[in-house]
Amino acid sequence: MSDIEQIPVTMTVNGKKVQRFVEPRTLLIHFLREDLNLTGPHIGCETSHCGACTVEMNGMSVKSCTLFAVQANAAELTTIEGMANADGTLSALQEGFRQMHGLQCGFCTPGMITRAHTLLQENPNPTEDEIRMGISGNLCRCTGYQNIVKAIQYAAAKLNGTDFQEAAE
Amino acid sequence: MIPGEFTYHRPSSVAEAVAILANHGDEARPLSGGHSLIPMMKLRMAAPEHLVDLGGIATLKGISEDGDTITIGAMTTQHELIASDLLSAKLPIIGETSRLIADPQIRYVGTLGGNVANGDPGNDMPALMQCLDASYVLTGPDGERQVAARAFYEAAYFTALAPEEILTSVRIPVPAAGHGYAYEKLKRKVGDYATAAAAIVLTMNGGTVSMCSVALTNVADTPLFASEAGQILTGSTLDAETIKRAVAAAEAITQPASDGRGPAEYRTKMAGIMVERALARAAERARS
Ligand SMILES: Cc1cc2nc3c(=O)[nH]c(=O)nc-3n(C[C@H](O)[C@H](O)[C@H](O)COP(=O)(O)OP(=O)(O)OC[C@H]3O[C@@H](n4cnc5c(N)ncnc54)[C@H](O)[C@@H]3O)c2cc1C
Ligand code: FES
Ligand code: FES
Repeated sequence: MSDIEQIPVTMTVNGKKVQRFVEPRTLLIHFLREDLNLTGPHIGCETSHCGACTVEMNGMSVKSCTLFAVQANAAELTTIEGMANADGTLSALQEGFRQMHGLQCGFCTPGMITRAHTLLQENPNPTEDEIRMGISGNLCRCTGYQNIVKAIQYAAAKLNGTDFQEAAE
Repeated sequence: MIPGEFTYHRPSSVAEAVAILANHGDEARPLSGGHSLIPMMKLRMAAPEHLVDLGGIATLKGISEDGDTITIGAMTTQHELIASDLLSAKLPIIGETSRLIADPQIRYVGTLGGNVANGDPGNDMPALMQCLDASYVLTGPDGERQVAARAFYEAAYFTALAPEEILTSVRIPVPAAGHGYAYEKLKRKVGDYATAAAAIVLTMNGGTVSMCSVALTNVADTPLFASEAGQILTGSTLDAETIKRAVAAAEAITQPASDGRGPAEYRTKMAGIMVERALARAAERARS
């Protein structure tokens, strides 16, 4: 064991308050996956490029592989595990990814959905271009993005109470 | 990819942060957004024994205007720079440049202070700050001093910042209303540092350039203020011959590395092209 002091951290994760002691060098992604058993956020690249580790922190999308858990002290965090509706049904985004075939292997999906969630909070009616720029920090190696964009458009339409006609390819 | 061990400090005032830095000298480093420092720590290219998190110091945030100067707190994020109405109105080139940095997730967290203090020639804000003739406010145990962005950068990762100092804010003289501006950045993909980039601010008066400032990103060990290029353009009507001379003057001061972004000759040429494009856009935007 190291002689570096463990630091108490408190945060609200998916609506639940958690308190733990962490080594300062613990990355937030490791804290979420290993201490809290929230394995939805994935480790894709570990180098801040792929976005698979994206979670929402205080209303911002962040790459949890590039933050120390201690920096999230007192923060409100939402991971993919907290994205479903309160009654357990799929959220508009989750439904969109399902209906529009917004995933194949699914590795990027937790990051894509949490990122898209924050994007739609900030911009409820994004253009296709705004969606593409909005998810430009998230890489997908399978879908070619086309259906991810449609999934987000589907969710935006549903949340806005308008129609989304596009069929999945 | 796990960083080395360190002791974590979270001061709530600049004075407290400076005292911690002064106590530990070279062993301590400030932590802002961490989006340059944490990747370096994962690679063990940086292994500070003490990290001083500036995230708890409220006075380091915010954007304000005082007469002809806009002051931006060091901990202001790139996302906040883009969202600022004051900057959109008075210094729109800052939002334009911020949008070309990294990706949305990184911009929520990465700060202006960290970007300019880092000393990585790949960072985009330093050349922009040189173009705008900004000054950095540095606070140390003996108080505050200001260093011009144009005099701050010494070599890659070497700057005028002392180990016990914190960059607390950036002060920018507001360019004339109706000024033209553009930041042109050539990159291979979203999230890439520049192959070459150019910042230009100019004012026009009846078809003649009355002021022009040019700076370059990632084509040398440091950002480059291209003073000669700016002088050549000032007083001209932006005729093709003058533009050619200014582009040549800008290219002449570059000393890029040959790397994955291309051979040195190519990057020098691209710096010239970025100047040409930025100039065309800036001139179009300028109100005579
Ligand atoms: C995938 C990726 C792509 C990126 N692309 C770009 C890009 O295209 N262009 C670009 O400009 N940047 C890019 N960045 C870097 C990003 O903008 C960083 O956020 C920025 O360089 C540093 O800001 P920070 O707040 O994260 O600083 P930190 O990482 O916290 O700090 C950087 C350095 O500055 C020191 N420091 C920080 N704040 C202060 C202060 N107030 N006073 C004194 N010293 C201080 C630290 O000790 C450290 O040495 C990218 C980063 C990533 C991960
Ligand atoms: S694992 Fe964090 S960005 Fe790839
Ligand atoms: S679905 Fe496989 S990486 Fe996106």
